[in-house]
Amino acid sequence: MKRKLEISELIFKIISYVLLIVFALMCVYPFIYALSSSFSSADAVNTGSVILWPVGVQAEAYRYVFTQNVFWISYANTLFLAVFGTIWCMFYTILGAYALSKKRLMGRHAFNFFLVFTMWFSAGIIPQYRNYITTGDVLAGIAGASFENIDQKWLIILAMGMNATNVILLRNAFEGVPSEIEEAARIDGATELQVLTKVYIPMSKATIATVALFFGISRWNGYFWAMKMMPNQRYSWPVQVFIRDFIDQTSGLVKIPAEGSDWESVIPSGFDSSKLSALSVVYAMVICAVIPILCIYPFIQKYFAKGVNMGGVKE
Amino acid sequence: MFKLKCDDFLIYDEATGTYSMSAEQQVRDETEKNKWKSCGFTLLKDWRLYLMLVPLLLVYLLWRYLPMTELLAAFKNPGTAGATEVSQQDWYGLSNFSELFFGAQRTAFWQAFRNTFIIAFYGLLFGFPFPIILALFFNEIKSNVTRSILQVCVYLPKFMSTVIITSLAIVLFRGPTRANSTEGVGVITRLLLLISPSKQFEEVVKSSTFGLVFSTRYFRAIYQITGIWEHGGYDSIVFFGAVIAVSPTSYEAAQIDGAGKMAQMRYVVIPSILSTVVIMLIMKVGSLLSVGYEKVYLMSNSDNYAAADIVATLSNRWNDSGNTTLGIAAEMVNNLIGMILVLGANAVAKRAADVSLY
Repeated sequence: MKRKLEISELIFKIISYVLLIVFALMCVYPFIYALSSSFSSADAVNTGSVILWPVGVQAEAYRYVFTQNVFWISYANTLFLAVFGTIWCMFYTILGAYALSKKRLMGRHAFNFFLVFTMWFSAGIIPQYRNYITTGDVLAGIAGASFENIDQKWLIILAMGMNATNVILLRNAFEGVPSEIEEAARIDGATELQVLTKVYIPMSKATIATVALFFGISRWNGYFWAMKMMPNQRYSWPVQVFIRDFIDQTSGLVKIPAEGSDWESVIPSGFDSSKLSALSVVYAMVICAVIPILCIYPFIQKYFAKGVNMGGVKE
Repeated sequence: MFKLKCDDFLIYDEATGTYSMSAEQQVRDETEKNKWKSCGFTLLKDWRLYLMLVPLLLVYLLWRYLPMTELLAAFKNPGTAGATEVSQQDWYGLSNFSELFFGAQRTAFWQAFRNTFIIAFYGLLFGFPFPIILALFFNEIKSNVTRSILQVCVYLPKFMSTVIITSLAIVLFRGPTRANSTEGVGVITRLLLLISPSKQFEEVVKSSTFGLVFSTRYFRAIYQITGIWEHGGYDSIVFFGAVIAVSPTSYEAAQIDGAGKMAQMRYVVIPSILSTVVIMLIMKVGSLLSVGYEKVYLMSNSDNYAAADIVATLSNRWNDSGNTTLGIAAEMVNNLIGMILVLGANAVAKRAADVSLY
């Protein structure tokens, strides 16, 4: 039997529909705005007459972005950092989480504490910065080079993007695998590594995917340390650093551009600064940087939702 | 006559006057010896397990624990004559900290410290209830398709990088292209100009070169709004999970008793999600002082330091200008207080709700 809705229930329902739709639109609007603006004419962008749809449609901004070699080099750098960084992080996270999930591991609590303590206390930006330089120097020395003349992308891949929460997430998933299956595999003569690759990894595929996505997204989005570690290695920059540098140096949105680096002087021949504004280039770059995430987002979003609910951090 | 403890395991032989060990004790000794042997044996047998742990431990040791040794610089005198490295400098006690608290740079430090607290506190005040309300709203939407579409939209900002989010904030709140006009202001600035008739706001907009993000007055509001925009939807997942776990029979029972929506909220929903809320609140309090410095760094310039400068960005700037020791000391104070908050929050959680997060 269907019950009639109370007046208060009906009102609440309407309010929640309206507010949720408004908030959802708010979440999407900036991206739509950036997309429309990137296709609008310089005049429309500068006077702020773009609201939802492109005004004076043109693709000059994209033509400019596609002529920028450094932008696409930085794009490739981001891909490089995301792929290799994720592989490296997953490598030690899976192995370590597997070992930590074993009850028979001696000193397990000490190792867990070792990991969790980094979530409570971090040394801070300057100590980390100095440490990266020292360890980078040592690592470069092993390869027979010095810190100044190596490509510091490698240091970023090795040293950064650690996340203790992800290790704990994976450890909890491994602990959830029934030990009978492991014993059966052992009776069949499986080695430690085979138990991991043939039993544990296939049985916690969902969590591994989630953790890999967490790592991948944080690598793709990483900005601060790439900026801090290689302010001068322009060709090693990830795309986030490039975009911000363009905003800082050229667009005049954050500070007054220095003599010779303002938009009028950096615009190459073949482009007219009256048709193409720095602002629409910013929009075009933002759209270019966001597109890969937007493309895979609908497919990965459910893993993230799962990851949050699994993420009960416990000893 | 008192009984010697060793009488338990020693047997006195009256005839020869010597002591000999009892049989049980010999067995006990043997197992004690074997315990260490078996310990070593498992260590040896599981060596692969320990080998697997090595990369993880090494990475954490090198890039999480080794930086902590750099903190020693906070206790050394940076002005030591002839010292090029921290290890050669003289010990300085807590002088760097007193320099920080009471010295020439104290205004900058206390301002940054206050800003850190204010940003964190506002984040808790506005950022915490929002996902809960969102989850309650999501619960009202019974159609799975509609809800999924809305959720996809709402989680989206979480996956964008800080650079993208701050860039969008900067352009959406940007100031006029020509000084002393409202021409070319960002879309949201224009919307605010339309709905707020106050002359003062218009003056602020007209005089701002870089827009509202870089104004002392509006930085905090924009920081919190973008924070809610970024995290609100995603954070609601946990609460939504708790809300849909409420059994429908509870609602029915309340409805039969004639409860309106507010009464249902008050007596059915809120009590059942309370434990989740408490856990999340404690977690939030614990991470209070670890304000994301990347976002603040990207949203501040010299115009809005009065409102935006936090300890991390300040010490980063000090480091760039050669004032490294003070920077290390400042951030150490901040992070130590942060750690005390985490541990305190965890202790409260353990006592109050019998949940331990770590």
